[in-house]
Amino acid sequence: MRLYLAVGCGAAVGSLTRFLSGYVIVSLLGLNALWSTAFVNVVGSWVIMAFATLTGPDGRLMVSQAARNFVMAGFCGGLTTFSAMSLDTFLLLFQGDWPLAATYLISVVGLSLAAAWLGYLMASRLNRLPVER
Amino acid sequence: MTLAACALVLIGGFLGGVCRFFLSGVVGRGVGETFPWGTLAVNVSGALAIGAFAGAARSVGGIFASDLVRDLVVVGLFGGYTTVSSFCLQTLNLGLDGEGRLAAFNVVASAALCVLFVALGFWAVVWVVSSTTWVVGSATGAAG
Repeated sequence: MRLYLAVGCGAAVGSLTRFLSGYVIVSLLGLNALWSTAFVNVVGSWVIMAFATLTGPDGRLMVSQAARNFVMAGFCGGLTTFSAMSLDTFLLLFQGDWPLAATYLISVVGLSLAAAWLGYLMASRLNRLPVER
Repeated sequence: MTLAACALVLIGGFLGGVCRFFLSGVVGRGVGETFPWGTLAVNVSGALAIGAFAGAARSVGGIFASDLVRDLVVVGLFGGYTTVSSFCLQTLNLGLDGEGRLAAFNVVASAALCVLFVALGFWAVVWVVSSTTWVVGSATGAAG
Protein backbone atom coordinates (compact mmCIF):
# COMPACT_ATOMS: atom_id res chain seq x y z
CA MET A 1 0.00 0.00 0.00
CA ARG A 2 2.83 2.37 0.95
CA LEU A 3 4.63 1.47 -2.29
CA TYR A 4 1.52 2.18 -4.36
CA LEU A 5 1.18 5.58 -2.69
CA ALA A 6 4.87 6.31 -3.37
CA VAL A 7 4.54 5.33 -7.05
CA GLY A 8 1.27 7.25 -7.48
CA CYS A 9 2.62 10.47 -5.94
CA GLY A 10 5.87 10.20 -7.90
CA ALA A 11 3.94 9.62 -11.14
CA ALA A 12 1.70 12.61 -10.42
CA VAL A 13 4.72 14.89 -9.91
CA GLY A 14 6.48 13.38 -12.95
CA SER A 15 3.41 13.87 -15.17
CA LEU A 16 3.03 17.48 -14.05
CA THR A 17 6.74 18.07 -14.78
CA ARG A 18 6.19 16.62 -18.28
CA PHE A 19 3.13 18.86 -18.76
CA LEU A 20 4.96 22.00 -17.59
CA SER A 21 8.11 21.28 -19.62
CA GLY A 22 5.84 20.77 -22.64
CA TYR A 23 4.36 24.21 -21.97
CA VAL A 24 7.82 25.79 -21.80
CA ILE A 25 9.12 24.01 -24.92
CA VAL A 26 6.01 24.46 -27.10
CA SER A 27 4.37 27.69 -25.91
CA LEU A 28 7.34 29.70 -24.64
CA LEU A 29 10.18 28.48 -26.87
CA GLY A 30 7.88 27.90 -29.85
CA LEU A 31 9.32 24.48 -30.72
CA ASN A 32 7.38 21.59 -32.25
CA ALA A 33 5.57 19.33 -29.72
CA LEU A 34 7.76 16.44 -30.87
CA TRP A 35 10.67 18.08 -29.01
CA SER A 36 8.87 18.11 -25.68
CA THR A 37 8.16 14.35 -25.76
CA ALA A 38 11.74 13.68 -26.87
CA PHE A 39 13.10 15.89 -24.05
CA VAL A 40 11.19 14.25 -21.17
CA ASN A 41 11.96 10.73 -22.42
CA VAL A 42 15.68 11.38 -22.69
CA VAL A 43 15.91 13.16 -19.32
CA GLY A 44 13.76 10.54 -17.52
CA SER A 45 15.88 7.70 -18.91
CA TRP A 46 19.06 9.36 -17.70
CA VAL A 47 17.60 9.97 -14.21
CA ILE A 48 16.24 6.43 -13.72
CA MET A 49 19.51 4.72 -14.65
CA ALA A 50 21.69 7.14 -12.66
CA PHE A 51 19.44 6.82 -9.60
CA ALA A 52 19.14 3.01 -9.93
CA THR A 53 22.94 2.70 -10.07
CA LEU A 54 23.55 5.11 -7.17
CA THR A 55 21.03 3.34 -4.92
CA GLY A 56 21.72 -0.23 -6.11
CA PRO A 57 23.56 -2.97 -4.21
CA ASP A 58 26.99 -1.43 -5.07
CA GLY A 59 25.72 2.14 -4.85
CA ARG A 60 26.78 4.72 -2.33
CA LEU A 61 23.30 6.03 -1.58
CA MET A 62 21.11 4.17 0.88
CA VAL A 63 17.41 4.87 0.38
CA SER A 64 14.24 3.08 1.44
CA GLN A 65 12.27 0.89 -0.94
CA ALA A 66 9.47 3.47 -0.94
CA ALA A 67 11.87 6.30 -1.87
CA ARG A 68 13.34 4.17 -4.65
CA ASN A 69 9.85 3.50 -6.03
CA PHE A 70 8.87 7.16 -5.68
CA VAL A 71 11.77 8.24 -7.90
CA MET A 72 12.04 5.33 -10.35
CA ALA A 73 8.63 3.76 -10.99
CA GLY A 74 6.91 6.98 -9.89
CA PHE A 75 8.65 10.17 -11.01
CA CYS A 76 10.64 8.78 -13.96
CA GLY A 77 7.75 6.59 -15.07
CA GLY A 78 5.37 9.54 -14.96
CA LEU A 79 7.84 11.92 -16.60
CA THR A 80 8.48 9.67 -19.59
CA THR A 81 5.78 8.50 -21.95
CA PHE A 82 5.72 5.76 -24.54
CA SER A 83 2.11 6.46 -25.53
CA ALA A 84 2.60 10.07 -26.67
CA MET A 85 5.74 9.05 -28.60
CA SER A 86 3.84 6.24 -30.36
CA LEU A 87 0.89 8.54 -31.11
CA ASP A 88 3.19 11.24 -32.53
CA THR A 89 4.83 8.60 -34.75
CA PHE A 90 1.45 7.29 -35.91
CA LEU A 91 0.16 10.80 -36.69
CA LEU A 92 3.29 11.50 -38.78
CA LEU A 93 2.70 8.23 -40.67
CA PHE A 94 -0.97 9.17 -41.04
CA GLN A 95 0.08 12.45 -42.67
CA GLY A 96 2.29 10.44 -45.02
CA ASP A 97 5.55 11.79 -43.57
CA TRP A 98 7.14 8.39 -43.00
CA PRO A 99 10.76 9.65 -43.19
CA LEU A 100 10.16 12.00 -40.24
CA ALA A 101 8.15 9.30 -38.41
CA ALA A 102 11.01 6.81 -38.70
CA THR A 103 13.68 9.42 -37.85
CA TYR A 104 11.69 10.58 -34.82
CA LEU A 105 10.95 7.15 -33.34
CA ILE A 106 14.45 5.76 -33.94
CA SER A 107 16.22 8.86 -32.61
CA VAL A 108 14.07 9.26 -29.47
CA VAL A 109 14.42 5.56 -28.56
CA GLY A 110 18.13 5.64 -29.42
CA LEU A 111 18.83 8.86 -27.50
CA SER A 112 16.86 7.60 -24.47
CA LEU A 113 18.90 4.40 -24.38
CA ALA A 114 22.11 6.43 -24.81
CA ALA A 115 21.05 8.77 -21.98
CA ALA A 116 20.35 5.77 -19.72
CA TRP A 117 23.78 4.34 -20.56
CA LEU A 118 25.40 7.71 -19.79
CA GLY A 119 23.52 7.82 -16.48
CA TYR A 120 24.83 4.36 -15.67
CA LEU A 121 28.44 5.34 -16.50
CA MET A 122 28.30 8.59 -14.51
CA ALA A 123 26.74 6.95 -11.46
CA SER A 124 29.15 3.99 -11.56
CA ARG A 125 31.99 6.45 -11.57
CA LEU A 126 30.53 8.27 -8.57
CA ASN A 127 30.11 4.93 -6.80
CA ARG A 128 33.81 4.16 -7.25
CA LEU A 129 35.09 7.49 -5.89
CA PRO A 130 36.91 7.08 -2.56
CA VAL A 131 34.77 7.89 0.46
CA GLU A 132 35.88 11.11 2.16
CA ARG A 133 36.46 10.97 5.88
CA MET B 1 -2.15 26.36 -18.95
CA THR B 2 -4.44 26.73 -15.98
CA LEU B 3 -4.45 25.52 -12.40
CA ALA B 4 -7.35 23.20 -13.28
CA ALA B 5 -5.29 21.64 -16.08
CA CYS B 6 -2.38 21.06 -13.68
CA ALA B 7 -4.69 19.45 -11.13
CA LEU B 8 -6.16 17.14 -13.79
CA VAL B 9 -2.66 16.11 -14.93
CA LEU B 10 -1.72 15.35 -11.28
CA ILE B 11 -4.83 13.19 -10.79
CA GLY B 12 -4.42 11.38 -14.12
CA GLY B 13 -0.70 10.86 -13.53
CA PHE B 14 -1.33 9.40 -10.07
CA LEU B 15 -3.89 6.90 -11.39
CA GLY B 16 -1.75 6.03 -14.42
CA GLY B 17 1.32 5.36 -12.28
CA VAL B 18 -0.62 3.15 -9.87
CA CYS B 19 -2.17 1.17 -12.77
CA ARG B 20 1.28 0.67 -14.32
CA PHE B 21 2.82 -0.48 -11.04
CA PHE B 22 -0.07 -2.89 -10.52
CA LEU B 23 -0.11 -4.37 -14.05
CA SER B 24 3.66 -4.66 -14.46
CA GLY B 25 3.80 -6.35 -11.04
CA VAL B 26 1.04 -8.82 -11.90
CA VAL B 27 2.56 -9.69 -15.30
CA GLY B 28 6.09 -9.86 -13.85
CA ARG B 29 5.01 -12.24 -11.08
CA GLY B 30 2.97 -14.27 -13.57
CA VAL B 31 5.51 -14.89 -16.31
CA GLY B 32 8.80 -14.18 -14.54
CA GLU B 33 11.06 -11.14 -14.43
CA THR B 34 13.79 -12.27 -16.87
CA PHE B 35 12.22 -10.44 -19.79
CA PRO B 36 10.31 -7.19 -19.00
CA TRP B 37 6.91 -8.45 -20.24
CA GLY B 38 5.18 -6.26 -17.65
CA THR B 39 6.51 -2.97 -19.06
CA LEU B 40 5.84 -4.18 -22.61
CA ALA B 41 2.22 -5.03 -21.67
CA VAL B 42 1.81 -1.58 -20.08
CA ASN B 43 3.23 0.31 -23.06
CA VAL B 44 1.30 -1.69 -25.67
CA SER B 45 -2.02 -1.38 -23.82
CA GLY B 46 -1.37 2.34 -23.27
CA ALA B 47 -0.67 2.71 -26.99
CA LEU B 48 -3.98 1.02 -27.84
CA ALA B 49 -5.79 3.35 -25.42
CA ILE B 50 -4.20 6.57 -26.69
CA GLY B 51 -4.89 5.52 -30.29
CA ALA B 52 -8.53 4.84 -29.46
CA PHE B 53 -8.79 8.22 -27.71
CA ALA B 54 -7.22 10.02 -30.67
CA GLY B 55 -9.67 8.22 -32.95
CA ALA B 56 -12.58 9.34 -30.78
CA ALA B 57 -11.30 12.93 -30.68
CA ARG B 58 -11.18 12.93 -34.46
CA SER B 59 -14.40 11.12 -35.33
CA VAL B 60 -16.68 11.89 -32.37
CA GLY B 61 -15.26 15.19 -31.15
CA GLY B 62 -17.26 16.62 -28.25
CA ILE B 63 -15.76 15.85 -24.85
CA PHE B 64 -13.06 13.69 -26.48
CA ALA B 65 -11.70 16.79 -28.19
CA SER B 66 -11.91 19.10 -25.16
CA ASP B 67 -8.65 20.39 -23.72
CA LEU B 68 -9.36 19.52 -20.08
CA VAL B 69 -10.41 15.92 -20.84
CA ARG B 70 -7.28 15.60 -22.95
CA ASP B 71 -5.12 16.89 -20.05
CA LEU B 72 -6.70 14.39 -17.64
CA VAL B 73 -6.78 11.33 -19.91
CA VAL B 74 -4.01 11.71 -22.50
CA VAL B 75 -1.38 13.77 -20.67
CA GLY B 76 -2.13 12.52 -17.15
CA LEU B 77 -3.56 8.99 -17.28
CA PHE B 78 -1.99 7.51 -20.45
CA GLY B 79 1.20 9.58 -20.12
CA GLY B 80 1.68 8.54 -16.50
CA TYR B 81 0.74 4.94 -17.30
CA THR B 82 3.24 4.32 -20.11
CA THR B 83 6.97 4.68 -19.57
CA VAL B 84 10.19 5.00 -21.54
CA SER B 85 12.43 5.13 -18.44
CA SER B 86 11.65 1.61 -17.18
CA PHE B 87 11.91 0.37 -20.76
CA CYS B 88 15.45 1.84 -21.02
CA LEU B 89 16.45 0.60 -17.56
CA GLN B 90 15.32 -2.96 -18.30
CA THR B 91 16.80 -2.98 -21.81
CA LEU B 92 20.20 -1.84 -20.50
CA ASN B 93 20.06 -4.36 -17.66
CA LEU B 94 19.42 -7.14 -20.19
CA GLY B 95 22.42 -5.89 -22.18
CA LEU B 96 24.64 -5.64 -19.06
CA ASP B 97 23.64 -9.21 -18.11
CA GLY B 98 24.92 -10.41 -21.49
CA GLU B 99 21.43 -10.86 -22.96
CA GLY B 100 22.07 -8.62 -25.97
CA ARG B 101 19.59 -10.41 -28.19
CA LEU B 102 16.77 -10.10 -25.67
CA ALA B 103 17.64 -6.40 -25.25
CA ALA B 104 17.46 -5.84 -29.00
CA PHE B 105 14.21 -7.81 -29.19
CA ASN B 106 12.73 -5.63 -26.43
CA VAL B 107 13.60 -2.42 -28.32
CA VAL B 108 12.22 -3.61 -31.67
CA ALA B 109 9.12 -5.25 -30.17
CA SER B 110 8.25 -2.24 -27.98
CA ALA B 111 8.62 0.33 -30.77
CA ALA B 112 6.86 -1.72 -33.46
CA LEU B 113 4.01 -3.02 -31.29
CA CYS B 114 3.27 0.38 -29.75
CA VAL B 115 2.96 2.17 -33.09
CA LEU B 116 0.91 -0.77 -34.44
CA PHE B 117 -1.46 -0.69 -31.46
CA VAL B 118 -1.93 3.09 -31.72
CA ALA B 119 -3.02 2.48 -35.32
CA LEU B 120 -5.31 -0.40 -34.28
CA GLY B 121 -6.99 1.65 -31.56
CA PHE B 122 -7.35 4.67 -33.84
CA TRP B 123 -8.82 2.81 -36.81
CA ALA B 124 -11.07 0.60 -34.66
CA VAL B 125 -12.76 3.65 -33.12
CA VAL B 126 -12.94 5.58 -36.40
CA TRP B 127 -14.45 2.51 -38.11
CA VAL B 128 -17.02 1.86 -35.36
CA VAL B 129 -18.06 5.51 -35.28
CA SER B 130 -18.33 5.81 -39.06
CA SER B 131 -20.42 2.64 -39.30
CA THR B 132 -22.94 3.75 -36.69
CA THR B 133 -25.49 6.31 -37.76
CA TRP B 134 -26.48 7.63 -34.33
CA VAL B 135 -23.30 9.62 -33.87
CA VAL B 136 -23.30 13.20 -35.00
CA GLY B 137 -19.60 13.72 -35.44
CA SER B 138 -17.26 16.27 -36.86
CA ALA B 139 -14.53 15.22 -39.24
CA THR B 140 -11.93 17.51 -37.75
CA GLY B 141 -12.63 16.82 -34.11
CA ALA B 142 -12.37 20.54 -33.45
CA ALA B 143 -16.09 20.94 -32.82
CA GLY B 144 -18.76 18.40 -32.11
